[in-house]
Amino acid sequence: MNETLKLSLIAIAILLVLVTIAAGLIWVERRMLAAWQDRYGPNRVGTFGILQVAADMIKIFFKEDWIPPFADKSVFILAPAIVMTTILLSFSIIPFAPGILVADLNIGLLFFFAMSSLGAYSVVLGGWASNNKYSLLGAVRGSAQMISYEIFMGLSLMGVVIMAGSFNLTDIVLAQKNVWFFIPQFLGFVIFFIAGIAETHRLPFDIPEAESELIAGYHTEYSGMKFGMFFIGEYLGITLISALITTLFFGGWLGFGFLPPVVWFLIKMFAFILFFVLLRASLPRPRYDQLMSLGWKILLPLSFLNLLVTGALVLYFQ
Amino acid sequence: MFSILRSLWITFLHMFHKRVTIEYPEEKAPLPPRWRGRIVLTRDPDDMERCVGCYLCAAACPVDCISLQATEDENGRRYPEFFRINFSRCIFCGYCEDACPTYAIQLIPDFEMGEYNRQNLVYEKEDLLIAGQGKYHGYNYYREAGVDVGVKGKGEGINEDKPVDVRKLMP
Ligand code: SF4
Ligand code: SF4
Repeated sequence: MNETLKLSLIAIAILLVLVTIAAGLIWVERRMLAAWQDRYGPNRVGTFGILQVAADMIKIFFKEDWIPPFADKSVFILAPAIVMTTILLSFSIIPFAPGILVADLNIGLLFFFAMSSLGAYSVVLGGWASNNKYSLLGAVRGSAQMISYEIFMGLSLMGVVIMAGSFNLTDIVLAQKNVWFFIPQFLGFVIFFIAGIAETHRLPFDIPEAESELIAGYHTEYSGMKFGMFFIGEYLGITLISALITTLFFGGWLGFGFLPPVVWFLIKMFAFILFFVLLRASLPRPRYDQLMSLGWKILLPLSFLNLLVTGALVLYFQ
Repeated sequence: MFSILRSLWITFLHMFHKRVTIEYPEEKAPLPPRWRGRIVLTRDPDDMERCVGCYLCAAACPVDCISLQATEDENGRRYPEFFRINFSRCIFCGYCEDACPTYAIQLIPDFEMGEYNRQNLVYEKEDLLIAGQGKYHGYNYYREAGVDVGVKGKGEGINEDKPVDVRKLMP
């Protein structure tokens, strides 16, 4: 009983911290983007503008929550919930520190893939239910992008799985005691990172939303807190990919002593989140067909190569 | 590939550059003296209204936001009975200032005119008229030329010739 209570408390704490981080990221991103564009960003509400998030939240809660009369109502409501749910569920397998995790699944990584594939539904359903040509175009692009990048996202991680000999994320972290996997698995790391950007449809791969072409893509018709869910979902996605990179390639909570493990984890995670923001600040969006051919013609063969070489080396040294 | 990394690095270095933002309410951007902002009606050196109610500014205004009605005092001097500028429509183009023959209407470097109520942006003559001469000093239309309105006698203007006696104007 006591054990169950403790586990549920940990789960709730992780949930709250994650949602807070995702909301705070809006502020972080705006400040950092501004810093990289020689501006200040929001700095008025509270110290350094940190309460901007609260102000935005209040605003978005009071916005009219409008469902277009031509939309498919139930699906329209369902879509933003899917993105939040799947991403939050994926977090349940991430070990933030020894003992601070929700579910120690032995197929943790596969669970993440399952959830991120489900996440594609939110884009597709959101775009379809909006009954708007821009949304539909965004949804078509989004689903194609997510499905094709999902493939080698999985393949790029198989090298890590081979080296650690397990799908369990705790085991993968513990297998990095001697050397973090981004050194032997550098190719896998780069491919996973690119696929991760495409998966969260962040800039430069924000082709499903591409403001300059599609208004806002699949969430053009969304307003109020439903739009907020898509928005927070995007930031949760960034946090998830950063947390996964930390876990899989950068030794998770393993650090150099003197700080508690969970702090090490958060430091590494924030470094990657900031890198996501830097990418947004500096790179232009590629064309849609360029994205597809990069995926299928370059990254997919590369991840196969990575898988083959890793497998061969592991077999050879066994 | 290399150019991607390079642009990432260049963007990163911008973190240490000087910010271009001017933090407005605390810090103000320097406005040049000929900045086209809030419109005023000025007075001549004798403290009389310069405007002669010729409607040229209203005709020049591309958004039709000036409205006035000319009238005359007992000396026959023309002045606007009311003079109204709707600043919620004004685009601060300065055409009215260009059109005005008497330097009456002038745009000054002030843009802080925010209001909560849109109706408050309609300025009446009392709001527009200032006590001074604005940008152009020493000019008094009625002293240069024009009819006798109690400012100068006929033909006594600064750039004016004496009136010609038409009976002596023989070939
Ligand atoms: S500045 Fe331009 S728009 Fe404004 S009152 Fe004068 S003529 Fe009209
Ligand atoms: S153009 Fe000048 S003198 Fe004529 S009505 Fe306008 S402000 Fe008065």
